[in-house]
Amino acid sequence: MKLLTLNFLTCARKACKTSAASFPLHPREAELEQVELDMNPQFIRNVLPRVEWEAMRSISQELGLPSLPDTAPGPEELADAEGGPTQILKDLHTLLMETTIASGKLLCANCGHEYAIKEGIANFLLPSHLV
Amino acid sequence: MSCAETLQSPFCIVRLDSTASAKVLLSRCILATGIYELLGHGDTYDALRDDVLSRSSRQLSQYRKLPFRFTLDCFQGTRSTRKQREIIESFGYLNLEGQISMKNAELDLWILEDYSLDTTKPKHSSEPKHLYLGRFLGSSGRKVVPVYDLKKRKYISTTSMDSELALVTANLALAVPGKLIYDPFTGTGSFPVACAHFGATVIGSDIDGRSIRGSKGRNVFSNFQQYGLEALYLDSFISDLTNTPLRKRRWLDGIVCDPPYGVREGLKVLGSPKPELQKEVRLKDGRIAHLQSDYIPPKRAYSFEAMLDDILDSAAAMLVDEGRLCMWMPTANDEDVELAIPAHPALEITSVCVQSFNKWSRRLLTYRRLPNCDIDQTAVRRRRELTSGATADELNSFRRKAS
Ligand SMILES: C[S@@+](CC[C@H](N)C(=O)[O-])C[C@H]1O[C@@H](n2cnc3c(N)ncnc32)[C@H](O)[C@@H]1O
Ligand SMILES: [Zn+2]
Repeated sequence: MKLLTLNFLTCARKACKTSAASFPLHPREAELEQVELDMNPQFIRNVLPRVEWEAMRSISQELGLPSLPDTAPGPEELADAEGGPTQILKDLHTLLMETTIASGKLLCANCGHEYAIKEGIANFLLPSHLV
Repeated sequence: MSCAETLQSPFCIVRLDSTASAKVLLSRCILATGIYELLGHGDTYDALRDDVLSRSSRQLSQYRKLPFRFTLDCFQGTRSTRKQREIIESFGYLNLEGQISMKNAELDLWILEDYSLDTTKPKHSSEPKHLYLGRFLGSSGRKVVPVYDLKKRKYISTTSMDSELALVTANLALAVPGKLIYDPFTGTGSFPVACAHFGATVIGSDIDGRSIRGSKGRNVFSNFQQYGLEALYLDSFISDLTNTPLRKRRWLDGIVCDPPYGVREGLKVLGSPKPELQKEVRLKDGRIAHLQSDYIPPKRAYSFEAMLDDILDSAAAMLVDEGRLCMWMPTANDEDVELAIPAHPALEITSVCVQSFNKWSRRLLTYRRLPNCDIDQTAVRRRRELTSGATADELNSFRRKAS
């Protein structure tokens, strides 16, 4: 599962949705993998305003990745004078699209429930007593 | 789909700003084959030739010196070679001065004969009912349909969506590079693959983990690899639409789906109502059941209409302004009772396409997420709460008899 996807996920339990503590989910025992992918500057540009930067920062920190700047890069920082990709854009691509959690767990800080990730695929199905 | 059905013709006249936009439009088109600048039309060849003179003399004078060629298209009809030559030669009256060139024609003229699509009549007995002269501008995106043919795809299931229809759906969802599109019933990933073909980045989920994981290296992701679309694959995950982990924020450009059809497939969601399952379940040896790797979460029956409402609710909550929801649904249920087209105050229907089979038909609905300022605040959201009842049959009570 790519780190960008974590930005769109919260606890699957309805009771947790309104609690701020249910986002972001916290990776546990995460086995990271770098998967090389073609860069898609247009997509990064479109999706960046939809990224909760604070959450991305804390997830990176929890995973022991290099620390991110305090605020999200602006659109003008993604392309150089010739319109080519900047280092900032390349770093975002590496972080959001190429860094994946191959296996581990995602913990909801509100209810303590853990969701398993196996072979890069997270499982959000709940037992009946948590539905 | 609807166009050819109502017009009873494979031809359709459209008005566009420029030949350049006509080419761009057609390059994305899956159902049409080509687009031509209309130089004239009529019911007979005499009428056609007159119409060309009165309508297009000025255009033709611009093209007069270009190398040219003529092609006769008699779709659903037949013409002998002699007759074909005779027809083409009857356009000598245009006095074109360029070279005739089959290979390097810059003026590519087509005579298009419109025969009745009535397949009950024998071909050769019918004369064309209408005729067109057109300058060929460009062919459509239709040539990719066989590329994505399910017969050649490594990972499919019985409910995989046909490649042509998946591509049409991706078009209606306005899939383009840079956008993010989601399929909540992703199955084998037919819709995400089609959206990625048009350059969109895609994400999918399904309640059935086996459909995403596949087996023996054949799975949703391997389909993206097969077509060289890995860079556009964001993720797939396992989840129930009615208990989704997705955040209710406006972060999606499109949602495309083919939901499970209630009654026959036995539509299920998480959460068994059995009293003994309402608290944490322990196995005989004391281990907690749901923490085991082979745990299968219990499910309950659910109403198809409630599921459709859930889809519209999540589309309203998660699509950006002008984002699209494309959803397939059967026109009627198993008892032949017509299903109402679901509505939501934040979503406006932009098209309804119908695909008819022998005994049933289904619709492809497309909705547009209205900007908040355009939503009718007085509109009441009518939810169909159907939560009591044990079987899918009891839950799926339909109101309207199909006419
Ligand atoms: C008609 S199939 C979609 C097939 C898919 N379009 C494809 O090309 O393979 C419906 C899918 O919905 C899934 N499904 C059924 N109930 C669900 C639920 N409550 N939440 C999410 N997915 C569900 C099924 O596992 C199935 O894969
Ligand atoms: Zn929780």
